Amino acid sequence: MALPETFHGYRRENNRVGIRNHVIILPVDDISNACAEAVANNIKGTVAIPHSYGRLQFGADLELFFRTIIGTGKNPNVAAVVVIGIEPKWTQRVVDEIAKTGKPVEGFYIERHGDIETTMKASRKAKEFLQWASEKTREECPISDLWISTKCGESDTTSGLASCPTVGNMFDKLDSKNVHMCFGETSEITGAETVCEARAKSPEVGKKFMKTWNEYNDFILANKTNDLSESQPTAGNIAGGLTTIEEKAFGNMQKIGKTIKYIDVLEPAEEPSKGGGLYFMDTSSAAAECVTLQAAAGFVVHLFPTGQGNIIGNPIEPVIKLTANPLTARTMSEHIDLDVSAILRREMNMNEAGDALIKETMRVANGRITCAEALGHKEFVITKLYRSA
Amino acid sequence: MPPMSNTTDFIVHDKQDNVGVVVVEKTPENHECTGWVMEDDSTIKIKANTSIPLGHKIALQDFKTGDTIIKYGYDIGKVVQDIKKGDHVHVHNVKTKKW
Repeated sequence: MALPETFHGYRRENNRVGIRNHVIILPVDDISNACAEAVANNIKGTVAIPHSYGRLQFGADLELFFRTIIGTGKNPNVAAVVVIGIEPKWTQRVVDEIAKTGKPVEGFYIERHGDIETTMKASRKAKEFLQWASEKTREECPISDLWISTKCGESDTTSGLASCPTVGNMFDKLDSKNVHMCFGETSEITGAETVCEARAKSPEVGKKFMKTWNEYNDFILANKTNDLSESQPTAGNIAGGLTTIEEKAFGNMQKIGKTIKYIDVLEPAEEPSKGGGLYFMDTSSAAAECVTLQAAAGFVVHLFPTGQGNIIGNPIEPVIKLTANPLTARTMSEHIDLDVSAILRREMNMNEAGDALIKETMRVANGRITCAEALGHKEFVITKLYRSA
Repeated sequence: MPPMSNTTDFIVHDKQDNVGVVVVEKTPENHECTGWVMEDDSTIKIKANTSIPLGHKIALQDFKTGDTIIKYGYDIGKVVQDIKKGDHVHVHNVKTKKW
């Protein structure tokens, strides 16, 4: 199959391209969720992004919090942003950073106004932004404008056999197209860490990966109370036949194919800065945390292989789900965008599966609604590094 | 494209692997299972000693406690209870070497 050269997306003020046209209502902190949700309820078609944090965080944990919230607002799948916080200072910090993209953004704070007055004022602005955004149209963009992330979940042995290698096949094929791609899941590379190190573009990048992995592993060794059974692998993984973290890791690694090399190692939610190519991001292996971080780094479409049937979505980055598990494809069909279980029956080869995933991804990039979007999955989970002050 | 086959009961990633993955909903007990080795497209036969569910592993050889399980051509854990060829390989007889 000839690789697609273009797709139809929304070109933003900063020249990045989105595949969705969301107007989001973004709370700065947990106690502003109610107001943000009231605004989204008033103005149909806007999306509130409630979350649990933003108060009394400090140091690297606070920096990661801001990077995640601001990055979510900056993502090109977002046309415009209404920011709501309890007090003016951190609210303005978020507004000012998102404004650097050139997109419309306005902040509101609740202290001295209360929820009702803030909801009223923010709703008027949200309506204005929504109607403005509704006139944006898709235009033809080169495939190099597409930023694609991946992470697998509720994996089982069919993930490593077929659905993860399908993503890997696609990534290998897109390596020549200058597309930004991203994988992560630091803890789930345990057992395959030296193999992952060897897939770096240069020894320096490989060393950067090992430093990141060692730090995560040291943290796990310091905090574990058993062999992490039922956490890594999860109870779902074990039910699906995965026995050890090493087995899970080698299956996970199939997502980066056979030939592509990663060009840099990113902090959680860090925007890539080395141009097109594959990036490794230091992330948790929990699905919603990982996708939230990748979306905050600017990725616009996500490939999610699942074995037992993880049903995750994201409020701004469409999540395409594929499975090779015939039971999952049959019993949870409303969650599965692409069924590649034919690989296990030897009715489909990896090259055909990779092509099918490229086609599905282009359909979603051009506007097709994913299963997770249709079902209303909007899991937005902030990664927290340690306790708040 | 390999020939269409309805009889692939398990798949082996790599020639060096000493376990395979069951890809049918369940292998019947004492069933003579057919395995497809992906790396070289060869076929092997193993009798399943018990019923093994979809996605779970079948032993391709006998193992003693302390032996290493190889899958994808790599070490994926240690044997903690002796295993016979055709047995179900999982958390009851294999553990991580990492954590």
